[in-house]
Order: sequence, then C-alpha cells, then structure tokens
Amino acid sequence: MAIQSEFSTPQSMKRRWRNFKESFIHLLLLVCAGSSVLVTFGVIYTLVSEAMPFFLEVPIKNFLFDTEWTPLFENPQYGIMNLISGTLLTTVIALIIAIPLGTVAAVFLSEYCSNQVREFFKPLLELLAAVPTVVYGYFALLFVTPILQKIIPSLESFNALSAGIVMGIMIIPYVSSLSEDSMRAVPLYLREGSLAMGASKLQTSFKVIVPAAFSGIASAYVLGISRALGETMVVAIAAGLQARLSLNPLQSTQTLTAYIVQVSMGDLPQGSIGYRTIYVSGLVLLLFTLSFNLIGQSIRARMEKKYK
Amino acid sequence: MVKKAEVINLNFSYTDKKVLNSVSLPIYENRITALIGPSGCGKTTLLRCFNRMHDLYGSVKYDGQINLFPDQLNILSKEIDPIEVRMKIGMVFQKPNPFPKSIYENIAYGLRVRGVKKKSFIDEKIEDSLKKAGLWKEVEDRLHTSATALSGGQQQRLCIARALATEPDILLLDEPTSALDPISTAHIEELVTELKNAVTIVMVTHNLHQAARTADFTSFMYLGKMIEFGESSQIFTNPKEQKTENYITGRFG
Repeated sequence: MAIQSEFSTPQSMKRRWRNFKESFIHLLLLVCAGSSVLVTFGVIYTLVSEAMPFFLEVPIKNFLFDTEWTPLFENPQYGIMNLISGTLLTTVIALIIAIPLGTVAAVFLSEYCSNQVREFFKPLLELLAAVPTVVYGYFALLFVTPILQKIIPSLESFNALSAGIVMGIMIIPYVSSLSEDSMRAVPLYLREGSLAMGASKLQTSFKVIVPAAFSGIASAYVLGISRALGETMVVAIAAGLQARLSLNPLQSTQTLTAYIVQVSMGDLPQGSIGYRTIYVSGLVLLLFTLSFNLIGQSIRARMEKKYK
Repeated sequence: MVKKAEVINLNFSYTDKKVLNSVSLPIYENRITALIGPSGCGKTTLLRCFNRMHDLYGSVKYDGQINLFPDQLNILSKEIDPIEVRMKIGMVFQKPNPFPKSIYENIAYGLRVRGVKKKSFIDEKIEDSLKKAGLWKEVEDRLHTSATALSGGQQQRLCIARALATEPDILLLDEPTSALDPISTAHIEELVTELKNAVTIVMVTHNLHQAARTADFTSFMYLGKMIEFGESSQIFTNPKEQKTENYITGRFG
C-alpha cells in the first residue's frame, strides 16, 4: 500500500467524512466545555430570580444596616451584616492558619525534602482534604473546643475560633498542593542561579522561588479563600447558629452557609420572605466568592505581566 | 603571571560513572582559561566543581583539590562552607537566567544576600557593574522594569553584571553564548575580553573559534582526562598531543 496518496478533491467522500468527523468532535467538545458555564449561569439565574422579590419587600437600607438578622421572628429584621461578619470572621481565622502553614508546607515539599519524603508526605497531606467535612465539624466541636476552653476559659462551647481553626487545617492541602506544584514548576536554572550567587536555600526559596511561582500561589490562596467562605458543615456544627454583628471569635456566630442549612431544614412555606432569605444569603455568598476570584485573577494577571 | 587557583588530581564520579580522572591545571590571575572538548568530556562538571554546585545534588563523589590563592585554601575541603565558596566565585550559565524581578533587583540580589542594606552603596554597585557589563546605556532609564523583558543577549550581560556586582575572585562562564545569536555572541566575547582586567575567568565553550579568540589559556579535555593545557596560541596552532590536533581540526568530537 502506498503511504502517500494523491491529493483529494473537496467533494471526495474521504474528505467529506473527515470534515464531518472533525466538526462533530468540535461540537462535542464545545458542549462539554459549555455545560459547566451553563450550570453557573443557571445557578446565578435561580439565585437572582428567587431573591428579587425579597428586595421588593425589604428596603436595601434595612438589609445593609439592620443590627439583627431575625427573618423568622415576629418582628423580622434583615441585617445581612450579621451573617457577613460571621462568615468573614471564620474565614479570616481559617486563612490565618492555612496560608502560612500551607505555604511553608509547600516550600518544604518543593525545596527541602527528598523525593522519597515528598512521596510519603504529599498523599498524607492531601488526605486532609479527603476527610468528610462533617467529621471536621465534630472534631472542632468535641475535640478542639474543649482543648481551647482549657486555655481560654471564657470560650463558648459554640464559637468561631475553633470552627475557624479546624477549617484552616482542612484547607491547608488546597493551599499547599497547588503552591507546591507551581514552585516545582520554577525552572532549575533559576534555583541554580540564585544558589550560585551565594544564596542559602532559605533565601533562594523565599526571594526567588516564591516570587517566581507567585501567580500559582495566589491561585492557591484564592481557592483556599473560596473554600473557607463556602464551607458549611464545620461552621454549622461548631460555630453555632447565633447570627450576630460581632468579630469576637470567642462567641458563637453564624455564617451565611450555616444560616442556609438551618433554615432549609425547617419547613418554611415556599415563596415566603423567610424562604427567600435562603436565596438572598446564597446570592451574597456567591458575590463574595466571585469578587475574591476576580481579585485573585487580577493579582495574577498583574504578577504575570510584571514577571513574564 | 600569578596563579589564582590550581586544580590538583581532581576525581569526580556520579553514582558509578567516573567523569573526571585525576585532572590538574592552573588558573592564572586576570587571564581567561577556556575548557574545550567534545560533549561528555567532563568540562562542565569540572567548571561546576569550582563553586561546589555538585553539593546540591546527592550521589556524587569527588576528591582532590582546588586551591585558591593567595591563601592556598582547598575549596573542595569538607570543612569549607560551599555557600562561602559561591560568595567568592561567581557563575554565568548557559541559558540566561535573570530572576523574575526588576533589572535593579537582579543585580542587588547578590548584595542583599550578603547582608548589604545601604541603598547608596547598592545603587553605586549597580551602575558600576552594569557599566562593566556594557549594559548601562541600554537600561539606565528602566532599571525598575522586568529583567525578563530584555533580549537574550541583554539578559546574559545582565547575568554577567549580576555576578560582577559581588566582586568575585573568579568568574565561571558555562557556554555563555551557546543560546545567543551571532551579534550578541560577539558582544559577550568582547565584554569577556575586557573583563579579564577585573576578574579571573574560567570558561567552558563548544565554540573553538571563541576559545581561540578570547582565551589566554586553553585546556583540552577528553573522556574525563586533561589531555593538554597551554597558551591558546600554542594549543590552536601547534598542539603537542595527537588527540588535541584531531579535535581542533575537526576530525572527531
């Protein structure tokens, strides 16, 4: 059989069949890629359309400035800041734990340990991400909180601190794994260049490798933030269900997600204001994660422009 | 002519493969010494012994001496800290490897690593070393822009400036022009020739013309052995060894 064939005409069956296959595959790939985008838009549509009636009844001013969040009480108040403060509080505590530990773990795995040690450590670290979050919730409530109470006697049994810390531990692998990948992708010649200048391993890691890998590390942080903002079970179990406008980590608090869990477990009449608040909380949460993602993306773009 | 360093009976092996076999040669102060030889002859391995780069990786074994004058200190000795060796001996790599930082920060890096904090001193050093590397005119008004935006030849001159800023005793060049176009190559060669007034240079090169043009001394290596060492004019016109002659006339390698 001849390897090289004659040139075909555009009308030939062979070429038509090939073009058909190509465009079919093209379509198939487009559908696969498009479906996730479609789901996102679907979610946004549901949230917005279900939340809109809420804003027709509750003035934005009350929504932003009411001092309490009591949508299910007789004289309901809708101060969303109560839930936002709880969400931000637990998230910040989680990040205070996860970002330094995750980054340091990534530096260790990428720059310091041998291949064998890494192969041993990395799966173990990633196992942290595989533990069901409900387990983390009870771990916080029944293990971490009692320990913390011995140190801080005024700590309530449901509190933001313990939930935040455990959430932080939970997202360490998200931060470290992605950061480590991007640090390891820093070319060897930069590492050698730095060491040849007389730099120590520590100086090389933090002055050359981390800045060079920063766009990847920033993505890791953004992922960690999104995880912390959206985490539900840990805070619902360990942080309590008391919405309050406070940044005191020793008290119980309620996050947007924990509120959604709490309300959706009751039997609210569909279409009532109380029912709408579920979607409103979801929408606010989505806005937060979205804006953090955008901020992360712009930081990344700026770093890439600066360093590439 | 004063010796700046001397290699004595240097043996080197990766796990079970011997790459350097009892290599000895002198390095003269303020001269350029070129290491030539076919791929795999061990010339880059030898170069990287000078700043103990091999210590970064396990599974290598070496013995012998590289004595640094005037103290006649053996920099391969286990008692000597490799980081201190690298502070005295600068290196420029095959592929330009500026850090993803500004031009300014690239050159300041070596100084900062050495604990220099005074800004006026750093500024002065940056201007000085960029001038020595012949890059000052091109970058003086954009010192704070990214170094990676420079052309390949400029990047390599930046790497030379970076190494010069810390005033090394010896500057190692590992095929410094192999990734560059002919015009940038000519620039670097010219620069290297000028630099020997300030620093002792050891250079690995695949380009025989480059060695003949720039180096004062040339050593020809083959299969991990030092075959011949001498003044470049002698090596390239009147080699004593048959192997050297075969190599420089293109009969093998």
